[in-house]
Amino acid sequence: MTGANPGPAAITVDGVPLRVALARAGRRGRLRAFLLVAPLLAFILVSFVVPIGQMLFRSVHNPAFAANMPRITAWFAATRPGTGPDEAAFAALAADLAEAARARTIGVVGTRVNYEMAGTRSLFTATGRKAAGLAPPYAESLPAADRAWADPALWGAMRIASRALGPEFYLAAVDRTRAEDGSIVPVPPDRRIHLALFARTFALSLAITLICLVLGFPVAHLLATLPLRRSNLLMILVLLPFWTSLLVRTTAWIAILQGQGVVNSALVGLGILAEDGRLEMMYNRTGTIVAMLHILLPFVILPLYSVMRSINPSYARAARSLGATSWTTFRRIYLPQTLPGMGAGALLVFILAVGYYITPALVGGASGQLISNMIAFHMQNSLNWSLAAALATLLLVAVLLLYWLYDRLVGIDKMKLG
Amino acid sequence: MPIPAYATPLERLWRHAFRLVCALVLLFLIAPIIIIIPLSFNAEPYFTFTARMLALDPEGFSLRWYDKLLTFGMQAPEGPRDLAWWLDSWHNARWVQAAKNSAIIGFFATLVATTLGTLAALGLARPDMPWRRTITAILISPMIVPIIITATGLFFFYSMTGLSGSYAGIILAHATLGIPFVIITVTATLTGFDRSLTRAAASLGATPARTFFRITMPLILPGIISGALFAFVTSFDEVVVVLFIAAPDQQTIPRQMWNGIREQISPSILAIATILVVVSILLLTTMELLRRRSERMRGLAPQ
Repeated sequence: MTGANPGPAAITVDGVPLRVALARAGRRGRLRAFLLVAPLLAFILVSFVVPIGQMLFRSVHNPAFAANMPRITAWFAATRPGTGPDEAAFAALAADLAEAARARTIGVVGTRVNYEMAGTRSLFTATGRKAAGLAPPYAESLPAADRAWADPALWGAMRIASRALGPEFYLAAVDRTRAEDGSIVPVPPDRRIHLALFARTFALSLAITLICLVLGFPVAHLLATLPLRRSNLLMILVLLPFWTSLLVRTTAWIAILQGQGVVNSALVGLGILAEDGRLEMMYNRTGTIVAMLHILLPFVILPLYSVMRSINPSYARAARSLGATSWTTFRRIYLPQTLPGMGAGALLVFILAVGYYITPALVGGASGQLISNMIAFHMQNSLNWSLAAALATLLLVAVLLLYWLYDRLVGIDKMKLG
Repeated sequence: MPIPAYATPLERLWRHAFRLVCALVLLFLIAPIIIIIPLSFNAEPYFTFTARMLALDPEGFSLRWYDKLLTFGMQAPEGPRDLAWWLDSWHNARWVQAAKNSAIIGFFATLVATTLGTLAALGLARPDMPWRRTITAILISPMIVPIIITATGLFFFYSMTGLSGSYAGIILAHATLGIPFVIITVTATLTGFDRSLTRAAASLGATPARTFFRITMPLILPGIISGALFAFVTSFDEVVVVLFIAAPDQQTIPRQMWNGIREQISPSILAIATILVVVSILLLTTMELLRRRSERMRGLAPQ
């Protein structure tokens, strides 16, 4: 039926035009489908999307200074950047310091300024204790209490910290800071750690992805070409590790590779290694790579296997019968047909590897730490939560880009487990 | 696949090399899991095979590390093994407490994830689902987003809402992490689902609920169960979120293992690891049986 039909509109038995009835039914169908999904969507929004959104907000919002030092914050807001402190500023600062010390929030304030200028936290706590006893003119009594209060760099740092909303933690996350004139400059070389860590994370993930492909390809090919009954049996060897707890597998590698572990003891027992020449394979980058390979290998074998199963062997036979060598057949006929599986497996492994945390934390030592471990460090040890949130956001953006790519190339609905 | 008659000697050699490579990779995958099983019966506190173990001397093997799982943290571990001893172990032993917590959290997280996930998968599989692609991407994302980011976000969110340190908080978080697995497995079973069956039920007068429970559910049950198993394993193996949001006394098996590996690693860890390997073998067997049942029900027998 076309829309150009000039006759009277078709009517259902209820007297409703057919087009209206169809539209209504379609709407009802869409609504019914959506209502089935709605509870879960609401659940994920509350338990997952909102928390991540809150983390994003925290990476640009830190009110530690502004909330506890209201007077000096107001002075910073009223003056232009670069303005030197006058008596009003010193008076506001002294009043705020005294009040923050009374409210026991001076440590929080000092920590916040410390992120912008190292070594200032103790300055705040120490002066805070004396601030109530200071007498005007504060422009003289504060620097008399500690000379550092006259330092223009400190005032610059306080001005930055007084802005609750700002990109300062992203600057820190990419090893940048603000110079006294407000321009963005790299931090001193000995404090540049984050960019190098991002680079190491991506390089290691790429290496692990490539090794996974090289190791997984032959196994997937073998499984795909064996008769189903035998390949199902061998598949257990791939699926059992896949189903085994991550911590169990990491523990197993510690038992095998550590200094007093199975491999070293066997090599020493066989006389290949001297007692004091035991190999260091754990608590460093080697340990991280081996354990991560073991954990991620099934993720590349399984999609490759399902693609290879569907490849028709007649193409390869036809190529051979037309005179191609086995290498040409593999390169020109077989390999291109496995590309979807390789792409799916490699992307998935790379996405998982970039955000890896548990294995590097347990067996990585110092040289095997990844960006996730730095986020955990700032969350649990240094307690610089805003910096942790900024680093996590950068990692999240990278992962979401890869996820988007995965969806475009492979399709999320094609994802299979086991 | 047999070696074809036209293969050259080089190809034959290559074929054998290929088999060897495959065998080595498969050995790499399975060896670590197999090797911890005998190590966990070590009579000495070492992570290697002692000379007596290699000689298969019964003296070299013991159950002491399994016993330690029961006694560690008890008030009177040395007493006679009567009812009081077992009650002491049930109430005080660290690993037993951790196992109880893990089981409770895993059970409820699985329940939430499977119920909501199955409902959503039913909706997503309908042909008239609006914005299917975007919504699927959102629902799968907890599996893709690095766990440390999820944990960080939940830490902020829970400290604001007061959920941190509560069982409800951990259960909600673990349900979120398990949901993608339920969606993937149930959607996979639904793609092979014959929709005319539900239409037939409806035309015979069944209500939608009756159609679901009598027709749809029995057919997609293998998918639901395997999704539930995935969700349970996810919760049972999850440590990072627990480290971030749980109270110090809320120990779970992975958290206890984490602490054990970080502080002083003792062969007790190998004993619990062995138990977990046995659990995963059971799970794998269940999954395989479910897969076969699903194939039989749809008339797909393995060739």
